[in-house]
Amino acid sequence: MSQVNLAPTFSTQQDARPVLLSVQELRVWFELRRFGFGHAGYVHAVDGVSFDLAEGETIAIVGESGCGKSSLMKAILGLNKPTAGRILFEGQDINQFDAAKKRWYHSRVGYVQQDPFGALPPFMPVRRILEEPLIISGVKDKDERMERIRKGMEEVKLSPVEDFMEKYPHMLSGGQQQRVVIARAMIMEPKLLVADEPVSMLDASVRVEILKLLRALQERHNLSVIYITHDLSTVSYFSERIFVMYAGQLIEKAPVRGLIDRPAHPYTQALLTGTSEPDARNALTYKEIPPGEPPSLVKPPSGCRFHPRCTRIIKGECDVNEPLEFTIEDRHSVSCWLYKG
Amino acid sequence: MDNKQLLRVKDLKLYFRTRAGEVQAVDGVDFELNYNRAVVILGESGCGKTSLAKAILRLLPRNISQYSGSILLENRDVMTLNEEDFRRSVRWVQMSLVPQAAMNALNPVIRVGEQVAEPAIIHLGVSKQEAMEMAAKMFQHVGVPVDFLTRYPFELSGGMRQRVAIAMALVTSPNLIVLDEPTSALDVLTQANIFNVLKRLKKELGLSFILITHDIATSSELADEVAVMYAGQIIETADAEPFFTNPLHPYSQKLMASVPRLHEQKELDFIVGQPPSLINPPKGCRFAARCPFRFEKCAEEPPVFQKDGREVKCWLYA
Ligand SMILES: Nc1ncnc2c1ncn2[C@@H]1O[C@H](COP(=O)(O)OP(=O)(O)OP(=O)(O)O)[C@@H](O)[C@H]1O
Ligand SMILES: Nc1ncnc2c1ncn2[C@@H]1O[C@H](COP(=O)(O)OP(=O)(O)OP(=O)(O)O)[C@@H](O)[C@H]1O
Ligand code: SF4
Ligand SMILES: [Mg+2]
Ligand SMILES: [Mg+2]
Repeated sequence: MSQVNLAPTFSTQQDARPVLLSVQELRVWFELRRFGFGHAGYVHAVDGVSFDLAEGETIAIVGESGCGKSSLMKAILGLNKPTAGRILFEGQDINQFDAAKKRWYHSRVGYVQQDPFGALPPFMPVRRILEEPLIISGVKDKDERMERIRKGMEEVKLSPVEDFMEKYPHMLSGGQQQRVVIARAMIMEPKLLVADEPVSMLDASVRVEILKLLRALQERHNLSVIYITHDLSTVSYFSERIFVMYAGQLIEKAPVRGLIDRPAHPYTQALLTGTSEPDARNALTYKEIPPGEPPSLVKPPSGCRFHPRCTRIIKGECDVNEPLEFTIEDRHSVSCWLYKG
Repeated sequence: MDNKQLLRVKDLKLYFRTRAGEVQAVDGVDFELNYNRAVVILGESGCGKTSLAKAILRLLPRNISQYSGSILLENRDVMTLNEEDFRRSVRWVQMSLVPQAAMNALNPVIRVGEQVAEPAIIHLGVSKQEAMEMAAKMFQHVGVPVDFLTRYPFELSGGMRQRVAIAMALVTSPNLIVLDEPTSALDVLTQANIFNVLKRLKKELGLSFILITHDIATSSELADEVAVMYAGQIIETADAEPFFTNPLHPYSQKLMASVPRLHEQKELDFIVGQPPSLINPPKGCRFAARCPFRFEKCAEEPPVFQKDGREVKCWLYA
């Protein structure tokens, strides 16, 4: 069993670590085209997102399906071009990189993509899957490649290595497949790991196994991690800070305990109410959940995007003006008019 | 005979024939359910949950090699009925299924109202107009606006489609609804809303539920009782309260220890290794290879032991 402690960790101090990644006023819009009509508007998938991530820091981005989490991640990976705003890695704009610099950037950022079962090429054995990124990045020596593959497999506990080297993905369990995905993301020894719903498809027990593994890798390599999930209950085991995303925007940012113990935004409060813990008393009560569903990102609501569902709406303000970001505690900020002071 | 009892499943078996051998997906399952109660069948992927649902509703694929046991539903052993009688008087009429991923299985080219009305026409023989009225009533029960009756599935969100799937199971007014992973693919708030709906149906219509899921935390939203399934067998049954506070079987204990908590800071634990293959499963306790308490006795198959009114299939409770 793993030695890593998975009790929640969090720091309340101001961050003194150097900034690794800086996302500034980022917008990612997708053009909508209707057959015969041409342009039909934009999907505002990411709409004004800003945050800094320090070296060795772990953050979680939490939000419901379709709120723009993957679009944000893909922009950070350089797979989505920003419509506006900038993404700086070690102070350099990733969208200004030439081909060589891009290759370098891709070796600095590891990616564990959503849907582990579709993530691995079915006709390649594990060895070949892990060798590919090494070949692409120009590791010419076969022995060196094999050495790094072995080391990578041992790190994710795919051992004995010989048993797994020549296996194809379909011969592996869900948890083992996810270990291969993680090994592939780590093989270039990145500084930043982006994990998009890495455990949501897995059974409870396997989920813990993978979270512990990610945590061990993070500590051993002082990795920065962006952990994307729709499940608030797993974040406190993995992250220092949580950002809550709603309709393309980050509406609350806080250290983990601050967010879970003192959620400020009405949407964050609803998410916490909606998240169950195994307790027989749950069956005795109804949950108070805001009515309706997340809005269309093509024509997002005016003012606060949550206002059509919000029970605490300030009429004339929330439905008209977009909320500013208010800081309510050390490192805890919220975009909601209730906190304008 | 206990007249509060709605369902009693005894020694139910469903085996599949495959090229690799016989898959013992449901292997001697026993449990009971009273009127207006909900039992949760909890288990991890591949343990046989969907197969159990299919065995109860007799929705069988072709490659069956064994199907046996008894299913006492309202004092009648429905296993003894022929196919025609089962179809006419049991499935839909006494119990319905909301299948796994039902919300994605709606027919894309038929309006959802008509889809919900159809079982009433087929199984109750009512007129189309009557059936549409019944469908409208069911929409209200599950919280779908009545003007959605004329919409197509693609015009509805995932949560709304899942409600429609539940309405379809309800329209023939069965006493028992079997739900196979009804909320697994849905968001937190949508899940919470669906559970509110199920709780209300239970209270207002007096329904009983078999809820099949791998999601331990949300299962507590509906559970009166819990039955834990492992490798084709039920290894523990208990009332929800004692189960969630103090599970007995080592597998249940480990499983509960893997559930993350929001407000508690406790170390999470996981179960090393994988469940056994259902083709030639181990002779003794099926959890033995992964069990921290394993001892010599575990090489033999444990019977079900009674412990404080609960049942557990583990030698530790002999
Ligand atoms: N390439 C694209 N073209 C057009 N629309 C897109 C594209 N990619 C994403 N979208 C839309 O942008 C919105 C945000 O999608 P995104 O995948 O980022 O959400 P998500 O938060 O990752 O959701 P999930 O939890 O379901 O993975 C959605 O409405 C989606 O349909
Ligand atoms: N028709 C079939 N023929 C052969 N094997 C089958 C058939 N249906 C299911 N199985 C096998 O029976 C076992 C139990 O499957 P089942 O679908 O009941 O599991 P489950 O608990 O519902 O899993 P999940 O949580 O992934 O839905 C699996 O090993 C599965 O591959
Ligand atoms: S800004 Fe207004 S509408 Fe938006 S969450 Fe706050 S109170 Fe509710
Ligand atoms: Mg996504
Ligand atoms: Mg299933």
